[in-house]
Amino acid sequence: MLNNLFNSKEFNNPISIEGQDTKILKEILNLMLLIRKTEQQLALAKKNGLINGPVHLGVGQEAIPVGISQNLKKTDRVFGNHRSHSHLLSLNPDFYKLFAEVLGKKTGFSKGMGGSMHLFDQSNGFYGSTPIVAGTVSLAVGAAMASKMQNLKDISVSYIGDGALEEGVVHECFNLAKIMKAPILFVIENNLFASHMHISLRQPSETVSRFAEANHIPYKLLDGNDVVAVVQNSNELIDNIRNGKGPALLELITYRWYGHVDWREDIDVGVKRSMEDIKNWKARDPIHRLSQSMINSKIWTKEEEQEICEKIDNQIQIAWEKAMNDPYPSKDSILEFVYSKD
Amino acid sequence: MKTQKYNYGTAILSAFEYLLKNYKETFVIGQGLWSPWYVGNTMTNLEKKFGKDRIIDTPVSESATTGAAIGASLAGMKPIVVHPRMDFMLYSMDAIVNQAAKWSHMFAGQANPEVTIRSIINRGGEQGAQHSQALHAWFAHVPGLRVVMPSTVADARNLLIASVLCKDPVIYIDDRWLYEQEDNLPKIVEIDLKNQKPKITSKGKDATIVASGYSSYLARQANEQLRNINIYPEIIDVRVLNPLYIKDIVKSVKKTRKLIVVDPGWVSSGFSAELVAKVVENLDAKCLTSPPIRIALPNAPAPTATILEKKYYTSVDDIVKKVKKLFLNKHQSN
Repeated sequence: MLNNLFNSKEFNNPISIEGQDTKILKEILNLMLLIRKTEQQLALAKKNGLINGPVHLGVGQEAIPVGISQNLKKTDRVFGNHRSHSHLLSLNPDFYKLFAEVLGKKTGFSKGMGGSMHLFDQSNGFYGSTPIVAGTVSLAVGAAMASKMQNLKDISVSYIGDGALEEGVVHECFNLAKIMKAPILFVIENNLFASHMHISLRQPSETVSRFAEANHIPYKLLDGNDVVAVVQNSNELIDNIRNGKGPALLELITYRWYGHVDWREDIDVGVKRSMEDIKNWKARDPIHRLSQSMINSKIWTKEEEQEICEKIDNQIQIAWEKAMNDPYPSKDSILEFVYSKD
Repeated sequence: MKTQKYNYGTAILSAFEYLLKNYKETFVIGQGLWSPWYVGNTMTNLEKKFGKDRIIDTPVSESATTGAAIGASLAGMKPIVVHPRMDFMLYSMDAIVNQAAKWSHMFAGQANPEVTIRSIINRGGEQGAQHSQALHAWFAHVPGLRVVMPSTVADARNLLIASVLCKDPVIYIDDRWLYEQEDNLPKIVEIDLKNQKPKITSKGKDATIVASGYSSYLARQANEQLRNINIYPEIIDVRVLNPLYIKDIVKSVKKTRKLIVVDPGWVSSGFSAELVAKVVENLDAKCLTSPPIRIALPNAPAPTATILEKKYYTSVDDIVKKVKKLFLNKHQSN
């Protein structure tokens, strides 16, 4: 049945929320909406020419980081990639600091030195994201090895996409993590595309979990747009990792509504990317599927959702305006941060 | 002062022992560490003294291992990566150049990868083109990396300790042709890598010879021969290639009015070019009485046959001859 995950017309029903805590479901929904709206604001601002640098948006993929972060602590060690707004916001939903960073402002997560592709918030567990595909995977393995040496129960999380599996270092990392019993969760956000190219044109199989098997790493392959499934399954894997059982891998099938970079849908430049697929995948919207389930279970209403959306929209507008008016880093910072201060 | 006899190799070993004993966050990771014939006498029995959890022999994965050390350093450890052959370290260039070197800058100094990456230049012994490269210039080109090339027994020990205690990513490069040198060293005193500069190892007045790593060793030997024929060069050992502190070198050239750079790497776009350029930029061209000279490897991969290696690698004699030529009129009788 899970093979049907790759068929865009399947998996569009409301998700199962049986036995779930209502309060937590509402928090999760709220966080997914917040991330969605933050990224939609970035898409709009980019389209309107207000952002200079590239923005890699993950709209449609919110269930993954939100679900996983439910099981993380501030002392865990999360490493991201070029598409990491949601990874960071799911740990610290401070969209104002994200806006400021994307605009290159001093008040941003990386004090305006990183922009969208280089995000940092270590005090909330976000060790850093950088845009070289697979570039931080080995760093995450090392941070996990450090946790073990420090006799801590903290784990690393390495967020990568399906394209990263085509980089050799990832296979070195799977092997190294396994042989070192490093406490790390590899999260594969398989959105079927690396830049413009569909996975079927890049790999002999649409699922990448086979590489976990090759390295004797326990794994799960899931619907990445089912936030409850992500919470539950990552919880189980993370528990095992914290208890010294070594690395695990979670492959989550999802789809990004926007193209590789910025606000366009990239039908024109995408290879095997169609409007029909985008339409089908929008019907698999992780937010809508959760919200619909909650409405069906009579623990949520359309009115409540309307209200919460308006509230977030207002906060986003205020934060955006504020970030737009914030100062840039000083010109001295070009040389200031090349080496450590002390 | 009480001293102890070391050679270059055991000096490195003593630095490892000091660090592992005094800093519990240090660990060593790399290939061949549990069977350290790859690394001469520089790591003997470390795994027996400090345990295999801290002296980690790894799979054949330079890239993942180096990246893992960088990641561990971001999580509060002080790792030392060992690449017994610099050539294999090329697999880890992304982790070094894209990640470690830029981490501080990208995140406005909020985190620093306190990692030391030790690699060995393994010239000679008919090992050929892929076991012998001196690529220090590549790393010295990258802002954010500190590049250290100890040429003396004292520096081999003291600069390794300073590198590991430094908060920045450091590329520490030693050379197996240096391992036989011996010296008596005093007790370890920690020094700050940020304050380490090129060192004048021999004062002189006739020419300034600047060199790094193994070339410094050659320059010191050439110095002795030149003094016997009444040429008194000033010998400067660069020690820290990046960031490069040029002031004392310029000062020396202003005094001697001649510059000879000896470098253990290739000549084209090599570190010798950087030294010449930085010196020339900082003095009046008229100050030089002859054009600067670069003595470095020819633009060819290392050959294999011993007879070709002899021709390829710079010798003490090469340096003496080239310097002598500058004084041909003055010292014709020699």
